[in-house]
Amino acid sequence: MGSAARIGGERGDGCGADPHGSAPDAAGLGGLDTIPKLLLHHAKVRPNRPAMREKRLGIWRCWTWREVVGEVRRIASALSALGLERGDRLAVIGDNRPLLYWSMVAAQALGAVPVPLYQDAGAGEIADALACTEARFVVAEEQEQVDKVIEIRERCPRLEQVLYTDPRGLRTYRQPFLHELFAADGRGPEECSLDAASFVAEIARGSGSGPAGIYFTSGTSGPPRAVVLSFDNVLATSRAVIAFEGLTEREDVLAYLPMAWIGDHMVSVGLAYCAGFCVNCPESPATVMADLREVGPTFFFAPPRIWDNIRSTVTLRMEDAGALKRRLYGSFMRLAARAGRRILDAEHVGPDARLRYRFGERLVYGPLKNALGMSRVRLAYTSGEAISPGTFDFIRSLGINLKQIYGSTEGSLFVTVQSDREASAGTVGRPLPGVDLEIGAEGEVLFRGAGGFQEYCKDPAASLAAKAADGWIQSGDAGFIDGHGGLHIVDRAEEAGRLADGTVFAPMQIENRFRAVGPIREIVVFGRGRDYVAAFATIDAGRVGNWAERRGLAYTNYRELAQRPEVLDLVRETIEAINRELAQDATLAGAQVRRFLILQKEFDPDDGELTRTRKLRRRFIAEKYAALVDMLYAGEMAGEVDAPVAGKDGGITMLRTRFTIGEAKVLRATQGGAGTMRQEVAAPA
Amino acid sequence: MHSNGGVLLKVEGIALAFGGVKALADVSFDIRKGEVRAIIGPNGAGKSSMLNVINGFYRPHAGSITYKGRTVRHMRPHQAAKAGIARTFQNIALFKGMTTLDNIMTGRLLKMRGNFLLDALYVGPARREETAHRAVVEQIIDFLEIQAIRKVPVGRLPYGLQKRVELGRALAAEPDLLLLDEPMAGMNFEEKEDMSRFILDVNEEFGTTIALIEHDMGVVMDISSRIVVLDYGRKIADGTPDEVRRDQAVIDAYLGVAHDGGKGA
Repeated sequence: MGSAARIGGERGDGCGADPHGSAPDAAGLGGLDTIPKLLLHHAKVRPNRPAMREKRLGIWRCWTWREVVGEVRRIASALSALGLERGDRLAVIGDNRPLLYWSMVAAQALGAVPVPLYQDAGAGEIADALACTEARFVVAEEQEQVDKVIEIRERCPRLEQVLYTDPRGLRTYRQPFLHELFAADGRGPEECSLDAASFVAEIARGSGSGPAGIYFTSGTSGPPRAVVLSFDNVLATSRAVIAFEGLTEREDVLAYLPMAWIGDHMVSVGLAYCAGFCVNCPESPATVMADLREVGPTFFFAPPRIWDNIRSTVTLRMEDAGALKRRLYGSFMRLAARAGRRILDAEHVGPDARLRYRFGERLVYGPLKNALGMSRVRLAYTSGEAISPGTFDFIRSLGINLKQIYGSTEGSLFVTVQSDREASAGTVGRPLPGVDLEIGAEGEVLFRGAGGFQEYCKDPAASLAAKAADGWIQSGDAGFIDGHGGLHIVDRAEEAGRLADGTVFAPMQIENRFRAVGPIREIVVFGRGRDYVAAFATIDAGRVGNWAERRGLAYTNYRELAQRPEVLDLVRETIEAINRELAQDATLAGAQVRRFLILQKEFDPDDGELTRTRKLRRRFIAEKYAALVDMLYAGEMAGEVDAPVAGKDGGITMLRTRFTIGEAKVLRATQGGAGTMRQEVAAPA
Repeated sequence: MHSNGGVLLKVEGIALAFGGVKALADVSFDIRKGEVRAIIGPNGAGKSSMLNVINGFYRPHAGSITYKGRTVRHMRPHQAAKAGIARTFQNIALFKGMTTLDNIMTGRLLKMRGNFLLDALYVGPARREETAHRAVVEQIIDFLEIQAIRKVPVGRLPYGLQKRVELGRALAAEPDLLLLDEPMAGMNFEEKEDMSRFILDVNEEFGTTIALIEHDMGVVMDISSRIVVLDYGRKIADGTPDEVRRDQAVIDAYLGVAHDGGKGA
């Protein structure tokens, strides 16, 4: 575990005394087929193991499984007293807090359905979500969320009660539907209206086929959809993953991803309640990296953008380091690139390289992993979208067992998983045991398994379209299965297409190569039905800013930095370097980026350019910046366009902005002929 | 705002001059318990001088200060601090090399009892006292949402955050009256919004009475209960934001009818 600080830990008997009487008996529940039943089970089997930790006021607090039962029962009492009934929907909005997780379990215990929502969503989005799921209750973290809910209350006639967990700033609010939800600790033995026996009885009424929760898809190509998952979906999938990866009650995870994302729910609730391991909540969203170091998780789950960030932070820091450190780092990272991944994959590596790698572990990789809080990571996942090969190899070369998984909200997150020795950036692995996989007529990935969702909330037509009567679910992704049974995802089925000359064009594949490389943060490529591929780039303000400072280039904000001709040249060089790589890949050689421009602002979910999970909404971007796309395909080298710019007051104003087009060299393909993808993927023309 | 009518501080007929320059002339106003009181005016109107008189940095030539019912001609800074008056400064006055945590901890100094020997050995009561003070400081860190910079030396922080740390240090003294000298100067819109929220939250959560100097009229009108307007060291208006906004003397002072006072930026 290196020197990462250990916290909390196991408690001796007696420390975890439950203030509300001993843990209710789990016997007679009729199988562990719901989350609340699993909670009772853990309270009996491992009462003093840590179940949840949260850093509050600078100190990590720990709740054992037995204590969590007490907390959940208290919350269930409060909800029940306010009139929450079986079948009601209860929305949860806020950062990852124990009280919010427990509210979800408390709702499930009473037979209600939790609906976690994205905490950074605007009032309008929240109104749509509440209306769609017909939520009667909302549990919000703090004033900001409460304000949003009050603002849209009129638009949600079913909404009755709003609870909040942090009273700060809310003391003067007098709305009758507002209630504070207390944490049990430190408030004395308050009356718990729901006694232990009726609590257990309520839980016993639940069954595996009942709904566990409603989760929103990220909505890359349309509005988000509300997916209903049953307990069977969540638990069967979790158990399959636990068996596949050998997860135990001794894992530590950090709950820092949005609670509304199925990814967090599966890890922090599904897997945690099935395996009985501990979930750690960070002090605040801003302290995640420090908290990560203190927790030292053994299992870490992050979407590609976080891995990209880790890589670019490390690279940026090293650029600022002293000469000796830089040389050490450079030389050992070259060794890691050569040998590290192969060692992790248990492939043959010469004794010399093996010895030097071990030396490097002491000198560079170990300290680096410790600084990142990854010393104890035994299993790391990336999911949500494709990861760039550079980032994937970088992380694995350090000896961190990063693997790709593929799935969707409709499939309870897990459809395919890479096995330990077969991890690569190209495939997303083989189907999880119990999941069937097939490629449909149009090249679309189809799957069927225990994790397959129940329905879309209030949208039977869409449910029927996505899920056939025999359980096969259309993923909406285009992909193919290679000779070893590994699934490759090409792109969203509706995004994949062809250039005017017939070359296969899968934007995601190309964008992956560019994302988080050098000065580039994000890139969006266009080309469907066009003569060549063109791109919008956004720059990594930290890295490019650093670079500009060292060269004495003046700028005051992102927009000015993005408009500097030197930056355009820098981005051009990077694009050309990647074009050279693309030229060597038969499937992508025809899709090298020819013309590009740097956008005047970064992509932002508040402006609709990214989903709440930070995925690109390509179609939206193409429409929003249609004038700029036209410029890329017109002959000129520069032009002025009204473009949205973040104003001083935080709002968006349209400002006439001059854009310069960069032209990158395009190389001829080094391996001619049709690529594998052309043969294997029937991309819609 | 929890103004309950009782007067916490009252200044009467305050006059202050530097050499021949009259900084303040016959200024009188009061601050009620629990309110957010703003002092505004064009550059050089005497606003900072007024704050300095209240917390004892300057000794007025005439007039009296009544604080918590006790009338004095002049309060020394340490007396003011002991009596529960804390302040922040126009140009941040923090210990740049110390961390956020340590800087806020210095705000607890007056509350520490301390015994040289025990403190040096860090045993017994010294240890317990340190823990208790740390707990208060952690509450403030949480309140101001600066957990992420707890261990960062203040000198490395951007300006807006330094202002927040300074507010934290003032709060650590658990003041009855908090004097804020341009808490939002040099901030962007978002930082001002955050700071306004913190000021209102301090007022609401702790019931702290606040007197602040601020140039941003929008902010002042939004968050204060009552406003004193100074111009050339004289009080020209006093009232609620609405009254002040309509006051002809104020409009003249700010639009520069009689003199070029600028817009006060």
